[in-house]
Amino acid sequence: MNNDILKIADKEFNSRLFTGTGKFSSSGLMEQAINASESELVTVALKRVDVKDNQDDILIHLKDARINLLPNTSGVRDAKEAVFAAQLAREALETNWIKLEIHPDPKYLLPDPIETLKAAEELVKSGFVVMPYIHADPVLCKRLEEVGTQCVMPLGAPIGTNKGLKTLDFLEIIIEQSNVPVVVDAGIGTPSHAAAAMELGADAVLVNTAIAVSQNPVAMGIAFKMAVEAGRMAYNAKLAPVQDKKAMASSPLTNFLYE
Amino acid sequence: MSSFKDVLNQYDWDKTMLSILSKTEEDVKQALHKNKRTLEDFKALISPAAKSFLEEMAQLSSRITKKRFGNTMQMYAPMYLSNECQNICTYCGFSLTNKIPRRTLTDEEILKEVAFLKAKGYDHVLLVTGEANRTVGVDYLNNAIQLIRSQFSNISIEVQPLDQEEYELLIQNGLYAVLVYQETYHREEYKKHHPKGKKSNFDYRLETPDRLGKAGVHKIGLGALFGLEDWRADSFFTALHLKYLQKTYWKTKYSISFPRLRPFSGGLEPKVEMTDPDLVQLICAYRLLDEDVELSISTREREVFRDHIVQLGITSMSAESKTNPGGYTIDKQSLEQFEISDERSTETIAEMLKNQYLEPVWKDWENDWVSMTGFK
Repeated sequence: MNNDILKIADKEFNSRLFTGTGKFSSSGLMEQAINASESELVTVALKRVDVKDNQDDILIHLKDARINLLPNTSGVRDAKEAVFAAQLAREALETNWIKLEIHPDPKYLLPDPIETLKAAEELVKSGFVVMPYIHADPVLCKRLEEVGTQCVMPLGAPIGTNKGLKTLDFLEIIIEQSNVPVVVDAGIGTPSHAAAAMELGADAVLVNTAIAVSQNPVAMGIAFKMAVEAGRMAYNAKLAPVQDKKAMASSPLTNFLYE
Repeated sequence: MSSFKDVLNQYDWDKTMLSILSKTEEDVKQALHKNKRTLEDFKALISPAAKSFLEEMAQLSSRITKKRFGNTMQMYAPMYLSNECQNICTYCGFSLTNKIPRRTLTDEEILKEVAFLKAKGYDHVLLVTGEANRTVGVDYLNNAIQLIRSQFSNISIEVQPLDQEEYELLIQNGLYAVLVYQETYHREEYKKHHPKGKKSNFDYRLETPDRLGKAGVHKIGLGALFGLEDWRADSFFTALHLKYLQKTYWKTKYSISFPRLRPFSGGLEPKVEMTDPDLVQLICAYRLLDEDVELSISTREREVFRDHIVQLGITSMSAESKTNPGGYTIDKQSLEQFEISDERSTETIAEMLKNQYLEPVWKDWENDWVSMTGFK
């Protein structure tokens, strides 16, 4: 029995691996990989699904009762568009959860901190559970927490790069200071990156490209599941301190106290 | 800098050509081993010296494309609304001097064509016209966009260049992207091929992407028509244009297309031939220059070529295209702008992609968002 439950808003998660739906070679393979990963929260780009069509190819593959859908606002460029997109998602997918992504920069898809904060405040007031995708900016994380977001999702590296935890120093500060769950989003390219984020104390990780674009997405889904579990277990077990390379002084400096 | 014209004016065509042709294998190797590549590296990658590195370029391009775009292919369909045109373009079937029956689709005909494309599964449509401001001016385009808006997630146009205010109006009413090809960046050659009509104004066309950027359009498509002038120099200037636009209008997405001159009624022989290996080299070079730019291939290319190119860097493609107004349902025999090479059905193309483990993506935008755009 897993007692290490992650709680975000009113939902509890056994799995701390969140996944995405983009870049798979088919929706069938996407479903298999997500099932293998045992992920319980799956983000789906509103712009990719046809919410008016109850036979939408992506959505019908995510019908499993275990899976919670997390619509994202990918494609919007400012707070106004984001709020509109969130409302559309709430109505169409019957969920008040929203992954808030505002990236006016279509090249690197880097999030706009100013518009994100603005939209988050408005969406929280309208009853949304807001999961904002942001830079690994400790101050912004606190500001988002203050306006009522239910978690923060700082990036490890630019989205889709698979470069891992390039923002490590800032993630450490964010995790240390946060009163809401911290989900490391974007940049995680290997199971060892995911394990490292979990060892650091992240509450969850979100992985898409690394699974979808691998040679075997199903096996990779399992590998990430195991890595996230291992990293979390290690964090809970409290890591042994890193041994300093310097040797202990042969003549201790405090021995005089006992002479 | 007020527009790309100022940038282009700093370059000399012949010197640029010389610079590309003088790149060595060592320059190519250096370009291949970098993580971030400059326009000088791009010159090396499109140079004759890069020919012997084609496989290496293709492998790298394929890998980078998969990382950024995954195993997917965006699908779109062109819909020709009119073949009326007041321009003379030496290479185009719609040219004013070409004595062909002209047709501009009515609302009813447009909806009939739309029904055909929707039944095929298309959700992204590209509206195409010639340049005839009285019949297919901004009012006609605005009406067409509003008429079909609820049917498509993503509406693009490939029409005559418009003024900034006109683009603003169309964007407000549902326009997502505009494709506008410079045809050639060589001023004198451009003049030769566009002797009459509004299109003969090189600078107005060159500055169109600037007007689009200022109008706040979501996506701009660039390209040169290969065959009018040397493809290497034209591609360098296209890349220069791309880099300028990305820095200036940083909220806009960009795509590059690769039209090669195709046979048409009253045809022009290409001045410069671009071979299949040349085109592969160019596609890979663009991908190595820019990991994120969308690269599009049309049905101008033949089947075998398209079957293989989808793995090398291309991210969007059309299928079953008709290049004549009403070509899908109304007037199948009317004159085409150019002949297509790959005449396979949409279903066959989708199957070909799936067999290569690529997912055809029909929807990748939410049209309701477009008119929400409140910034520039």
